[in-house]
Amino acid sequence: MKNKLLLGDEALAQGVLDAGISGCYAYPGTPSTEIMEYIQNSKLAIERNVHRSWSTNEKTAMEAALGMSYAGKRAMVSMKHVGLNVASDAFMNSAITGVNGGLVVIVADDPSMHSSQNEQDSRFYGKFALIPIFEPSNQQEAYDMAYEAFDLSEKYQVPVMIRITTRLAHSRSGVYTKAVREMNQTKLPGDMRQFILLPSIARKRYKGLLSNQERFIFESEQSPYNKITEGSNKDLGIIACGLANNYLNESMKGTSQEYPILKISQYPVPVNMIRKFAASCKELLVLEEGYPIVEESLTGLLNMDYKVSGRLEGSLPLDGELNSDHVSRALGIELPASKEIPSLVANRPPTLCPGCGHTDVFLALNEALVTYGKGRVFSDIGCYTLGALDPLNAIDTCVDMGASVTMAVGAADAGLIPAVAMIGDSTFTHSGMTGLLDAVVKKSPITLIISDNATTAMTGGQNSAGTGSLEKICLGLGVDREHLIMMIPLRKNHDENVDIMKKELEYNGVSVIIAQRECVQTAARDKRIAAALKLKKVANT
Amino acid sequence: MKSDILLAGVGGQGILSIAAVIGYAALNRNLNLKQAEVHGMSQRGGAVQSNLRISDEEISSDLIQSGMADLILSVEPMESLRYLPMLSENGWLVTNSKPYINIPDYPDIDSVYDEIKKLPNHIIIDADGIASEIKSRKSSNIVVLGAAIPFLPFEWEDYEFGINKLFGRKGEEIVQSNLEALKAGMEFCKTIKE
Ligand code: SF4
Repeated sequence: MKNKLLLGDEALAQGVLDAGISGCYAYPGTPSTEIMEYIQNSKLAIERNVHRSWSTNEKTAMEAALGMSYAGKRAMVSMKHVGLNVASDAFMNSAITGVNGGLVVIVADDPSMHSSQNEQDSRFYGKFALIPIFEPSNQQEAYDMAYEAFDLSEKYQVPVMIRITTRLAHSRSGVYTKAVREMNQTKLPGDMRQFILLPSIARKRYKGLLSNQERFIFESEQSPYNKITEGSNKDLGIIACGLANNYLNESMKGTSQEYPILKISQYPVPVNMIRKFAASCKELLVLEEGYPIVEESLTGLLNMDYKVSGRLEGSLPLDGELNSDHVSRALGIELPASKEIPSLVANRPPTLCPGCGHTDVFLALNEALVTYGKGRVFSDIGCYTLGALDPLNAIDTCVDMGASVTMAVGAADAGLIPAVAMIGDSTFTHSGMTGLLDAVVKKSPITLIISDNATTAMTGGQNSAGTGSLEKICLGLGVDREHLIMMIPLRKNHDENVDIMKKELEYNGVSVIIAQRECVQTAARDKRIAAALKLKKVANT
Repeated sequence: MKSDILLAGVGGQGILSIAAVIGYAALNRNLNLKQAEVHGMSQRGGAVQSNLRISDEEISSDLIQSGMADLILSVEPMESLRYLPMLSENGWLVTNSKPYINIPDYPDIDSVYDEIKKLPNHIIIDADGIASEIKSRKSSNIVVLGAAIPFLPFEWEDYEFGINKLFGRKGEEIVQSNLEALKAGMEFCKTIKE
């Protein structure tokens, strides 16, 4: 046993490694990125040659993990909440195929949308797929659950989800680790038809999944992560899910109230436990991070007139991240007096780094579009989304990975010509390529700008799958050589770049402009690493 | 014993290094620690903060409750004010004096200082100036940390341990210059507290 100071993400990573994993698959996305990054730097993972390189998107990651499970080995796939939308086809069906080697799906939600477009709650996906879910309340549980989830997965041959949220993902605390387990050997599934989801087989598999539900509930009832703490004041019982337990403890500190508490950290919800708990209290308050999924489920479990409060009922805000201030207010606990933010404090939104190549792309694009007017730049997810803000005001949409290309196609179909799509290199290979094929096939009058900084910059500079081959990819998809233009987005090339853009905007077909300049941050980082390596070499000679 | 610290700054200013040094110091002292960081979008020049909680008892929430922070430690003056609702009545605010201006509507810097001076317990330190005086310009964040030492529950050896852990890879010279920066910040704080 060793005490390590780990982020929630890192605790999960260490947990799956110690559980004897053979492969980790992921596409970077805040707040899940550090899971894979930790594994990539882990000595144990390197020694054991655990698969640990980035996938092109969450769907390919999910499928590869399922493939590893098919071959009998333990696999993990990690992603942010909206990444699960991309992976959902594979995810939902993996619940029907079931697994061979243990398969754990880690999803990091982002309530309050610190770095995301929405705050969807992945527990819904877990419930939708009818699989067990773990929701750790702290770093230690994150580790323990990641370690144990494979047992549950292999026992019932079902994928298991671990759901965390930003706060835990990015908070550090001490974690005790356990003995490192052996890895699985390669072994084909016992039932060789298990993974063939022909309707006749899928129906059988689905019935099997349904019949397992009771066992999953039984596991939840027995789980050490779900437990009742008795309290003397039975006027109110509190159900606290995952991280909400910490906020509850924090709020209760220094008060003399002793409410009974039911902690839920493993799903499906422990039905009998909830019924028993509710029967022992007058009314219930449900504390959960995310959507009011447990609160909602109580309507089916309790009498109609049993009083339940929570986010749905309105005692806590329905949106945003939970915290102990909200919990205190819901419990009527007085908060300490606090000062106001002085009115002179100005907002400081994130901005593109000084010298970023995206800025030069936007400056040229803004100028090239002057004659056409505003409202025709469809953009995407990445640092360049910040081009929406003052003073650039250069983009008009940001919806989901790859949507720039396809929304431009649709808008052009509607007569908005020319329509411009502006996407980064990593997002392009993630989900933009198929849209470009649509455009090529339909000969859409769109201009696609791929602002290629040779990295996945927003999440901290991970490898980008298309680095060095974007030109070939576009040509392969059928883009006309004449209208595939390379440019270097530098201030000194501004006029030339504006002219290129103007020309391509006039062309009545698919144009692709690849604006290539390395991300300033990764360039600086690589330089630092090179210098450090040199220092080491000198020291060694 | 508990110490709730709110670290503030602008993405890229190195508040995570301060957090790491304090984290290691807490580890060295065998204290419990929770440290919530900001990763992702805000790191691109936006307002960033980190909640650091240290205690000899078990720590529940990763976030500090409003009005409960013992210390706001900021590498930028306006940013130090953004988190005032977190500060407890008798809490201290320690901030670098040098503004980081990457927005068009940055307020008049003297009125920022005036706001800070309204607090009973505050320290404004020219960390950038001190850092360049000791020829260690990159260590201004560690100078600010030095100025907060009187309000933190550690001994000098804990900081040494932390600085060594964090900068050891970069060579002895960097370790020494950061220790010097830390000391300079601490000395400054002593002179104005007396
Ligand atoms: S991280 Fe790179 S791509 Fe992102 S804003 Fe900074 S320089 Fe531009």
